[in-house]
Amino acid sequence: MPMKSLAAFSKGTSIKSDPGANPVTTFRVVVDKEVTDHIRSWRLILLLALLALTFFGALYVSLSNIKSVVSNAQDPDSTFLYLKLLTSTDGTMPPFHVFLNFLGPLLGIALGFDAINSEQNNGTLIRLMAQPVYRDNLILAKFVSALILVGTLFFTLVLLMIGAGLCITGVLIEPVEVLRIFTFTILAVVYVGFWLSLSILFSIAFKQTATSALAAIGVWLFFTVFYQIVVNLVMAAFIPRHTIQTEADLVGYNEVMLNILRLAPSQLFSDATTTLLMPSVRSLGPMTMEQMAGAIPSPLPFTESLMVVWPQVSGLLAATFLCFAYSYYLFMRREIRS
Amino acid sequence: MENPVIDLKGLTKCYGSLKAVDDLNLKVEKGEIFGLLGPNGAGKTTTILMMLGLTEPTSGKALVCGIDATTNPILVKRKVGYMPDSVGFYENMTALENLVYTGKLNGIPGNEAHRRSLDLLDLVGLGDSANKRTSVFSRGMKQRLGLAEVLIKRPEVIILDEPTLGIDPAGVKEFLDLIRQLSREQGLTVLLSSHHLHQVQMVCDRVGIFAAGKMQMEGNIHKLSQALFAEDSYSVSITVREPLPASWEYSDELRDIRDVRGLRISENLVQIACASDVTPDIVRFFVAKGLDVMGVHKREFGLDEIYQKYFDNNLIENNAHEKSRSIFKRYIHKK
Repeated sequence: MPMKSLAAFSKGTSIKSDPGANPVTTFRVVVDKEVTDHIRSWRLILLLALLALTFFGALYVSLSNIKSVVSNAQDPDSTFLYLKLLTSTDGTMPPFHVFLNFLGPLLGIALGFDAINSEQNNGTLIRLMAQPVYRDNLILAKFVSALILVGTLFFTLVLLMIGAGLCITGVLIEPVEVLRIFTFTILAVVYVGFWLSLSILFSIAFKQTATSALAAIGVWLFFTVFYQIVVNLVMAAFIPRHTIQTEADLVGYNEVMLNILRLAPSQLFSDATTTLLMPSVRSLGPMTMEQMAGAIPSPLPFTESLMVVWPQVSGLLAATFLCFAYSYYLFMRREIRS
Repeated sequence: MENPVIDLKGLTKCYGSLKAVDDLNLKVEKGEIFGLLGPNGAGKTTTILMMLGLTEPTSGKALVCGIDATTNPILVKRKVGYMPDSVGFYENMTALENLVYTGKLNGIPGNEAHRRSLDLLDLVGLGDSANKRTSVFSRGMKQRLGLAEVLIKRPEVIILDEPTLGIDPAGVKEFLDLIRQLSREQGLTVLLSSHHLHQVQMVCDRVGIFAAGKMQMEGNIHKLSQALFAEDSYSVSITVREPLPASWEYSDELRDIRDVRGLRISENLVQIACASDVTPDIVRFFVAKGLDVMGVHKREFGLDEIYQKYFDNNLIENNAHEKSRSIFKRYIHKK
């Protein structure tokens, strides 16, 4: 392939490069490219299939079970048909929001574990960094593009669910239900965002994509499987069973236990979703009989539920920002070589 | 040099106790092609990274187009096109898409980026492969695409790290010709690093020899060779038909010719070092002695010799030789 004459370039070089490239447009360019990359990738298709499968499975189970659930007069939440669709089950399969507790991390990790190190290994990172692009814009763009996809995905699924519910049952949806379901969706996106930022952090910290994936999955497994066991063991060692004499002791013990468990993001997520999707839940800790006395088992208004889960939401957001801040710290002053 | 485009002042970079670049001072003028020449691990890439603000110098300053690359890397990156030694592209994207992406990152609107990309792909000879994915590209094709990418932002300075790596000899010539042409016609300042002496010799106006983090010497090839080989800067090789004995009867007589400094005889090849060009005298001498001269080759000392003079006596390399020899010995003895 012989090289051609310079005519083409000369024509081009008569105008100099536009010096006014501002960071916002470059940010958008990177986001556009990342979203396109994700959409074209097999990875997203697989994740999409997995998520769709669980969603429709959960929906099927709850739909076949919905009649008995709604006609149960004992349950104060029985009037919230659409919330029931998301939470009820016949025991063969966990409801969707519990599933999401497992799948959310997987989604976040899968979309972020090779964000930076794969670019570094392919030699594209140094090329990218030689362009007038701010480094923080690059990580932020990686984060935002994955989150845009997750958000779109979740909102689509939820809207599909509402649509299916409308078609099959013919019951009109209450505004409160819409509010609760959407808040739940936003919460799910935030939850995935946490795992995404964690996996991007690992993708900066570790040079090999396999290592960063393993590290992220390790953290996820630790929190879902081992954390509870470890906390139980340690608590039992520090506060032996026989020292608990009174009811107050027991309540205190459980409170401490639950607070430690809340260091796990999955616990925060499950607390928050349970409260949002089951309006009758009014406290996330143990309650004594005195506290319960006089309370009418009725659903809380939306704002009250939101108040109950507020600490959880801020906890998740704080954890996300922490990961992000550390990613910035690691990436900003790092030497990039091919 | 009133306003150097690249101005490095006392640039130093340490990795722990290792000094990769040691108090480097360098000025490159506008429109000049400067060759940074040095063996592997001399600190060439580190120097380049500091010029782009991709790594921070331990001390000293790197000014490119008058802008401090450490504190203001974005401004520098708008004016400088950089091609790393191993270029990588997004493999799931075509050559054209890769180029357009880079163009857009430099603030060039989509249509314009597309038009420029097609022009440049033609220029570097990849016009037919514009819509192929870069995953099927050979090393040489990637290198060409790398050059196109460097040019898309219409830089004032281009920095090429080992640009000819992996290109076939014919391609190298075209590549270097193109770089030279660009520099001459567009007034581009070019800094290229390499350990390929001949290529650097072919294209660069000025060369800096870089070893162990220090600039050992700087100047054009002619000046360098004069400085280094003030005494014997010419070498004449004469091939005769019949092999000569090691103790040749006429060797003293040959040495008496004006400006001949030394000679070496190996079989039928006689190598003569001289301070001025006395080739005709030498040939006449051989003819007069009735020897059949089959070939005469004269050359000025090039970078090869300059390079060798610097790096052959390199202590580190000697140690390495010693070590490999001892390993070799041990291996042989075991057998």
